[in-house]
Amino acid sequence: MGEEVKLFRTWSSPFALRIVWALRIKGIEYETIFEDISNKSPSLLQYNPVHRKVPVLLHNGRPIAESLVILEYIDETWKQAPLLPVDPHERAMARFWAKFGDDKILGSIWSVFIKQGKEQEEAMVPAMENLKFLEGELKGKKFFGGETIGFVDLALGWLANLIGLLEEIVGLKVVDGEKLPLLSAWMQDFGDAPIIKDNWPARDGMILKFQALRDATIAAASK
Amino acid sequence: MAGNGDGVTLLGYWASPYALRVIWALKLKEVHYEYREEHLPDKSPMLLQYNPVHKKIPVLVHKGKPLAESLVIIEYIDEVWKHNPLLPQDPYHRAKARFWAKFADEKCVPAMFRAFSKVGEEQVQAAKELRENLKTLESALEGKQYFGGETIGFLDIAVGWIGCWARMNEEVAGVNMIDAEMIPLLSVWFQKFLELPIIKECLPPQDKLLAHTKEFHKMLMMAALT
Repeated sequence: MGEEVKLFRTWSSPFALRIVWALRIKGIEYETIFEDISNKSPSLLQYNPVHRKVPVLLHNGRPIAESLVILEYIDETWKQAPLLPVDPHERAMARFWAKFGDDKILGSIWSVFIKQGKEQEEAMVPAMENLKFLEGELKGKKFFGGETIGFVDLALGWLANLIGLLEEIVGLKVVDGEKLPLLSAWMQDFGDAPIIKDNWPARDGMILKFQALRDATIAAASK
Repeated sequence: MAGNGDGVTLLGYWASPYALRVIWALKLKEVHYEYREEHLPDKSPMLLQYNPVHKKIPVLVHKGKPLAESLVIIEYIDEVWKHNPLLPQDPYHRAKARFWAKFADEKCVPAMFRAFSKVGEEQVQAAKELRENLKTLESALEGKQYFGGETIGFLDIAVGWIGCWARMNEEVAGVNMIDAEMIPLLSVWFQKFLELPIIKECLPPQDKLLAHTKEFHKMLMMAALT
């Protein structure tokens, strides 16, 4: 049976990276289509007319959008190397934490990143509160998924790469090894895992991109 | 620990659409549960203990273990009680249902709230955005009776409450949210869905909800002035 799997992504999108990881972990062969966000392909617009964003997974001609929705689709379609646990309560907790990552962690870290001075200090408070919840969730575990990388690890994985980059750009330590030892260790362990390590986007490119994003955001805010 | 060992307890609030959609899921699955009303804005020690991260309802407690976030809870209910499935079987259709539930929560609901809580140009823009997003949501019906097909499913109970709240919100805030000409199919679906006995009997008392909505709106308008 011929499986046609295509992934529409950009070189830097952390959301698309979740899908790359999932496909690699499951050993699924796929074709990558790199999109230029300033010039979106007709295919992308056709396959994700609602949001016009990456990632989009195309499986046998059927498109799926929204990275966490795609992860669940992948887990339900290809049963090897399961990402979600078997137990319904644990599955629900995994969904809860992935949602928490996108709804709270992302925004609060971004706030710290795009602010300066006193505002940045103030933004650190909710960011730290949120990160402490993740710290608590790692107690007694190597990964959020337990012994092996799972759904929540993939959902939060962007932290393992982006935090270091953002800290370098703003000159501020956000994930302090003393204050958040388990999370720091997880960032290391996750980031060093073979499939993960091999797929990080080019560091220099990321630094440039996020520096530019920060500068633009600060400039726009001061108008 | 809430309830008996194997029991199901739902911490809710009478005016919350998020608690409501969990109630709908429990009713559709014929799950026996104990309901505990939170007297918001006061939060009970139990709520703070069971949802320390968000401190919000709804919280479902099953066999002593709490769960938060209404759509997460609904998927849990669907997985534990397997009869009358809420999500379709096919992974692609499951993905579509999840996609549209997320769209409604992230695009329709915030626009509705802004249209309700803002004034002037901001309100006009928000209402326009809401109407457009509801039009987009309508496309997910794909000519079916319900989002779930012949019978209601996950997506119907995830978004159906909007039909009730939007009608109330537009009356109180004085801005059009449900444009029947723009969304003829969705309007019909809202009506049919909310008239289903199992759905209708769980709705909060409409006069009480209207008074509550008016009160909330007044509060928001006063806060905007300060």
